[in-house]
Amino acid sequence: MAGKVYPNAKAALEGVTFDGMTLMSGGFGLSGNAENLITALKENGVKGLTVISNNCGADNVGLWVLLNNGQIRKMISSYVGENKLFESLYLSGALELELNPQGTLAERIRAGGAGIPAFYTKTGVGTVVAEGKPTEQFDGETYVRESWLRADLAIVKAWRGDHEGNLIYRKTARNFNPNMATAAKVTIAEVEELVPNGALDPDQIHTPGIFVNRILQGQNYSHRIEFRTTRPRAAKENA
Amino acid sequence: MPWTREQMAARAARELKDGYYVNLGIGIPTLVANYIPAGMTVTLQSENGMLGIGPFPYEGEEDADLINAGKQTITELPTSSYFSSADSFAMIRGGHIDMAILGAMEVSEMGDIANWTIPGKMVKGMGGAMDLVAGVKRVIAVMEHANKAGKSKILKTCSLPLTGGRCIDLVITDLCVFEIDRKQNQMRLLELAPDVTLEEVKAKTEANFSHG
Repeated sequence: MAGKVYPNAKAALEGVTFDGMTLMSGGFGLSGNAENLITALKENGVKGLTVISNNCGADNVGLWVLLNNGQIRKMISSYVGENKLFESLYLSGALELELNPQGTLAERIRAGGAGIPAFYTKTGVGTVVAEGKPTEQFDGETYVRESWLRADLAIVKAWRGDHEGNLIYRKTARNFNPNMATAAKVTIAEVEELVPNGALDPDQIHTPGIFVNRILQGQNYSHRIEFRTTRPRAAKENA
Repeated sequence: MPWTREQMAARAARELKDGYYVNLGIGIPTLVANYIPAGMTVTLQSENGMLGIGPFPYEGEEDADLINAGKQTITELPTSSYFSSADSFAMIRGGHIDMAILGAMEVSEMGDIANWTIPGKMVKGMGGAMDLVAGVKRVIAVMEHANKAGKSKILKTCSLPLTGGRCIDLVITDLCVFEIDRKQNQMRLLELAPDVTLEEVKAKTEANFSHG
């Protein structure tokens, strides 16, 4: 069997990109972004992307670099604030945007990965989000139908992974990554630490290897923080 | 005198109950965490995938992998847990969160809320707000009573695109607290900020409300 391990992000992208493709990209804010794969996608030059991602990076980081390089045609996101480039491209009509409630976005992706074409939710009923979508009553309440999301390629970032593609995420860098890993034709994972098979406790795996087609050891993670908030040390704790 | 941001947060904190799981929105709602009464256990949920939000980290101990929904650095507690976005919203949409405290641009007397967009002016997105107002058991809006020009933000009907309809239970403004009975479509004035008069609230409120 051909192995899943690739030497770097560029090699891992070989043969799986094409113009006009749909891409899922994990991460929330700047936490849990597949930075190596995003950089490699920029160098790869693939265009006309529909990108499914909660946000779209921030100045010079994350998906912002693909946006800045004119590679993204449409975004499916829940929140695009604090991103001036995004706002200006959208307001000028150069970028298409489909805003989803964050839970609807997550569940559409989960449904896509689980082979469930549609589901009903209370979220968005009576708002623009529900316009044009079928509604139905369950136990006396109105719910709106939402459909699954699937992609040609998902790029995810994990903390540790083995050669089988089993993944463990770290803290809130998990976010959309495990859901997106299940919902694409091809999933590529980059990890901070690629370990031999047997090094991870099977009871602690967050994403089982079946969902991961290719895996690579990432490098040069920026660990950028969007809003650094701290508290002062109490005097006695300094002593 | 109208309540300050801190005082509004402290007032909102009085709605908390021991054992509650709570989601706090960005802005004034985030400050509510500073006013959880001593001896009360309240677990804060962050919709990017964490239960049990701890205080901000000490300088030098920030972790880029540990942020809240406002993308601020935070810390974990001995009881914290992490999970995926889908699991996070299963908690929210499945009715497992007891209370959400959110900011608002407009609230109507029926309990409608608008807080995610100003068409033609502001494109940010709803994030998790639509899920929270639809799925959380009790939803509190904390907001300015009127804009700088004195125009009421407590309206008969919201003018901005809605985040959700008939979903707000309590409104805390800088001037007063309103309770909304969503079944009866009625808004009632519960209390006034110190030295704020009923006449002032009436003058600055477009919505109909009862009092006394």
